[in-house]
Amino acid sequence: MYEQLVQQLVNGLLIGFLYSLIAIGLTMIWGVMNIVNFAHGEFLMLGMFLSFWFYTLFGVDPLFSIPICAALLFLLGWVIYKSLVSKVMKGPVLAQLVVTFGVSIFIAYTAVFLWTPDFRMIQKPLLIGTWHLGMVELSIPKAAASAGSVLVSFAAFLFLRKTKTGKAILATEMNRNSALLMGIDTERVNALSFGIGSALVGIAGAFLSMYYYIYPQVGGTFGLISFCIVALGGFGSIEGAFVAGVLIGVVQTLGGYFFDPAYKYAIVFALYLVTVWIRPQGLLGW
Amino acid sequence: MEKPTFRQIALYASVFAALLAFPLFVKGTFPMHVMIMTFMFAMLGVAWNILGGYAAMFSFGQAAFFGIGAYTSTILLMNYNVNPWAGLLAGGMLAALTGAAIGIPCSNLRGHYFAIASIAFAEIVRIHFNNWKFVAAAEGLSLPFLPSSLRNFMFQSSKTPYYYIMLAFLVLSLLLCRYLSTNRMGYYLRAIKESHEIAKGMGISFVRYRLYAIMISAFLTAMAGTFYAQYILYIDPDSVLILPISIQIVLVAMLGGAGTIMGPVIGAAILLPLSEYTRVWLGYKGTGVDMMIYGALIMVISAYQPQGVWGFLTSIGRRAK
Amino acid sequence: MTATPCLEVHGITKRFGGLTATEDVSFTVKEGEILSIIGPNGAGKSTLFNCITGFYRADAGKILFRGKDITSASAHKICKLGIARTFQIVQVISDMTVLENVMTGAYLRTYDRKKVREKAGEILRFAGLHEKRDFLSTDITIADKKRLEIAMALGTQPILLMLDEAMAGLTPVELRDMIGLLRKVRDNGVTLIIVEHVMEAVMELSDRVVVITSGRKIVEGMPAEIVRNPEVIQAYLGDRYHA
Repeated sequence: MYEQLVQQLVNGLLIGFLYSLIAIGLTMIWGVMNIVNFAHGEFLMLGMFLSFWFYTLFGVDPLFSIPICAALLFLLGWVIYKSLVSKVMKGPVLAQLVVTFGVSIFIAYTAVFLWTPDFRMIQKPLLIGTWHLGMVELSIPKAAASAGSVLVSFAAFLFLRKTKTGKAILATEMNRNSALLMGIDTERVNALSFGIGSALVGIAGAFLSMYYYIYPQVGGTFGLISFCIVALGGFGSIEGAFVAGVLIGVVQTLGGYFFDPAYKYAIVFALYLVTVWIRPQGLLGW
Repeated sequence: MEKPTFRQIALYASVFAALLAFPLFVKGTFPMHVMIMTFMFAMLGVAWNILGGYAAMFSFGQAAFFGIGAYTSTILLMNYNVNPWAGLLAGGMLAALTGAAIGIPCSNLRGHYFAIASIAFAEIVRIHFNNWKFVAAAEGLSLPFLPSSLRNFMFQSSKTPYYYIMLAFLVLSLLLCRYLSTNRMGYYLRAIKESHEIAKGMGISFVRYRLYAIMISAFLTAMAGTFYAQYILYIDPDSVLILPISIQIVLVAMLGGAGTIMGPVIGAAILLPLSEYTRVWLGYKGTGVDMMIYGALIMVISAYQPQGVWGFLTSIGRRAK
Repeated sequence: MTATPCLEVHGITKRFGGLTATEDVSFTVKEGEILSIIGPNGAGKSTLFNCITGFYRADAGKILFRGKDITSASAHKICKLGIARTFQIVQVISDMTVLENVMTGAYLRTYDRKKVREKAGEILRFAGLHEKRDFLSTDITIADKKRLEIAMALGTQPILLMLDEAMAGLTPVELRDMIGLLRKVRDNGVTLIIVEHVMEAVMELSDRVVVITSGRKIVEGMPAEIVRNPEVIQAYLGDRYHA
């Protein structure tokens, strides 16, 4: 029983770190522009599919297609921002909400059209198998994906805090008008943030593809969970997204194990609703 | 809101007359089905408007109320022999209560936050129904065949009675919406939409009025759910509780013009035939082309014409004056 | 003759974390008076304002409105009881006409649409906005928006009207009009509390003035006395203003 608890806790952490990476991209976009990218889950799906096709067509292992996924998703994010999102920024809030829903539907069903709804899997990734560490079984691809996620999250954190561009992004997040007054090109920051946020989730997709089923509708639940994580952590807060991601991963896994696996997501959503009631700005939000 | 002009009344009257006469001239079952679905989604859009169009409570979780309505009347009918009309009322009230229950923790949420909370709420409902043995979980419920009659809210051989019932529901919803918007409720909801602060400053309990809005919207949405169950005769979580239904409702309202009374009617009139016919012509192989077009349409409309069709028409009207 | 004061504020204190925004402020307002609250920026005037109108809850102290304790009452209840307010950044309802805005206020007292419309029309005439009643509230000048805000507040038929920097940003002509309007409001039996920076208005309108600095009330009295008070001059007015 105790062994199971530790095992589930570990599993929760593993998925949690991946969630964190997904959420960080989303919270950046949200913090800078006040837009919830409802297509975030679909971007994850695209990252997974890109990785899958590089593997299937060119024999490139997911680990090595990470840079390409990042670059292509960055480009996609940038383009979507410039062509659609920037147009709705001045419009009614409802339009802002709906436009990314449109993108989400469009991408998901284009994927269905191009690749059929079938489930796919990367059969022979480089990293495969299980470690046995004492009483815990650690799936190697999952562990690698998690470790990778933590590294990339940390890199994103450093980028934001230490580089000039990163600081410009943080400044715009905190106070748009002041950033403008300081000569920061906020339009460019918007596009950059959308691009970087998309790149981060693209990388998460590459990681996820190492062990998860790949199919067009996979973005749905991941997307919704990432919204909850961002809101839980406090919108715009990178640290908050990180903490909340891990928390949700653990809650989901433990909840699913001890209560009912079918309800694991319901537990996450319920937790989100309770948090939003008690502390609307999230755990670490302003 | 000004009194409608003679021209407007004449327009509405002729459209209504045409709708009344439609079943007499068009007999095909598919066109009838499309019209019925159009009316249903128009009603769902009107119900959404009370929340999202007037009070800026952008609900992306209306499917929960739709499903609660459908399941309540169906379970009452199947297990306890309760007349579907009574079941309709019961479903509406249950949905309204559920709406109030979720409305309380969400009473301070606006915009994006409310939207996400509504999705989370609807997903919880869907997941629960998907696993709840009492409602046959994912298998769904098949309604028993009752002798065709208005009393039984079931007609085996023809779609025509369903057509008229749904049209009547729609007209009732529109009248209710008009009443609310021209009286205190409408004004208060619009004040709340502007800001909670201004509402408080004018003596409006925004918590209370938001709850009223949710409850009314939930009731109407559940009514449509019961109708759906009685019409299709089979319900399961994947047909009444899923996010795409909620999104379609928002689109209907937004495309037509959120915050206007007739907006959802126009939105449904455009969107439903489009989605039904493209599904039949393009989507039946599961290729998803119909949904691709749908998604593209949404992207373009929200980015380039967010006021919807009604907004577009009224701006032309204003320029013409 | 001792009548119940319109408003009694006793020892109001409000803290935000480590900062004490308002400390132990007390004063009374008589029916039919115009009381001004002045003080430098950041002195805690808005905090005090929000405590009285129920937008903040005071940490200590008591507020009595016509003898009734409203210290912990919610904002909308306080409006129902008869205290209306305007906002520092003028707030009107965007997608409504001028008339509809005032109707929203009037709906507090009656549900009847016809009566509400009539009442709103009256108030608009009173406030000089009747010709603009069908304009969208976003299509009028800032001065008119401020009038509209006051008209909306009047719609709720208040006993006490509290104004938060109503004179800010007005031209000299607009200022005179606003002063005239507020005099009319008082003459109609409404008590006024105005938080103000524009000294001309304070001097012209006020029966009494309360001065707040650093969260505390430092002095209270007639406008002419206040202006000569050395503490006030030192804390706030500077040497530029002479009586």
